Amino acid sequence: MPRIKIPRKSTNIDMTAMCDVAFLLLSFFILATKQKPPEALAVKTPTSVSSKAVPDKSIIITFTADGKVFLSLGDDTKKDAVIKNLNDTRGLNLSPAELTKLEKAEFIGFPLNQLKASLNITGTIPAEKMPGIPIDSANNELAYWLKSISNAYAGTDQSKLEQMLLVKGDINAHYPIFKSVKDAFKDNEIYKFRIITEGETPPVGSELYKSEMKH
Amino acid sequence: MAEMDTSSGGGHKKGPGVKKQKKQSTRVDLTPMVDLGFLLITFFVFTTTMSQQTAMNMNEPKNDTANIMKVKNSGAMTILLGKANQVYYYYGQLEPDKLSEQFKSTTFKDIRGLIVAKKDATNMDDLMYIIKSDTASTFKNAIDILDEMTICAVPPGHYAEADMTPTEQELIKQTEIANGIK
Repeated sequence: MPRIKIPRKSTNIDMTAMCDVAFLLLSFFILATKQKPPEALAVKTPTSVSSKAVPDKSIIITFTADGKVFLSLGDDTKKDAVIKNLNDTRGLNLSPAELTKLEKAEFIGFPLNQLKASLNITGTIPAEKMPGIPIDSANNELAYWLKSISNAYAGTDQSKLEQMLLVKGDINAHYPIFKSVKDAFKDNEIYKFRIITEGETPPVGSELYKSEMKH
Repeated sequence: MAEMDTSSGGGHKKGPGVKKQKKQSTRVDLTPMVDLGFLLITFFVFTTTMSQQTAMNMNEPKNDTANIMKVKNSGAMTILLGKANQVYYYYGQLEPDKLSEQFKSTTFKDIRGLIVAKKDATNMDDLMYIIKSDTASTFKNAIDILDEMTICAVPPGHYAEADMTPTEQELIKQTEIANGIK
């Protein structure tokens, strides 16, 4: 009986298609990844089910785990007005050169009485070396900053300002720091602000989850 | 396997007697390239944090001492946040002779069930959650409990933050000692 010969096939497969897919996915992931700007302030934010996006231009009050408070004025259009207002109302006697230097700073982390001296230091000071803005109830300087902010934004759309005021805190920061930040807002009759959190999905089975499923 | 042809220095003489050069396959083995590609993909997938920054709304009450809101005893649940992620709670008002009965301790895991149970058992108009944070509790705790209110679909205006009273602080302290929480 003649044997049926099965032709031996090569075990080599054409890898081109697979390679194409791999690199297509790779390029997608590289392009889709938003490169996080290196953060000078290392803060791990808490999570929340909120899904509202954080605006690009915003005034962010950051407090770290060790209780230091920093302020970053992200809205360039009013940055100079805020700083000028603070300079006038608190009598800081900053020279025009110092004012522009303060404007260029990414964030502010000095008490008012050290602000002038800190601006004359050449080179950049790392955030860990900054003392932070004092917020204890006896000397809540954050309230002065917020006062200047509300002065600078007076006459503009207040709901926009509310959207811009953001608080970013470290999960390990103790509650009194957060309370002092809230008090600084309240002192200036600002009752609405927002907290930066890391988004998470509502837990399965919770009421929020059920109501979201209906929509 | 692809190989570089290095032997072609002598040029190609055409004619009889000259050995015909073997035609080499143009196929390249792509396996290592695919390997590398997928390795990089895995790397990027794992390092990419998909979570985005979100903003949570905060509404603070006005300091209006003249208009203190009255809360019905039957509808109130006070949630106290202590250190080491501990949660304490009681219903209604603390009564001096029934403190140990009223004052209970729980965790963030179980508080959701308690919030929902209270919500279901109470008339919506009377419902009020009072949140009090101890100085030893963290920012995370304060946000988590507010988030818990959103998760349990407690409408705004039915929960509020308040300052802790000395009695409550003392009770937390005692419970912490009893439960061995440091």
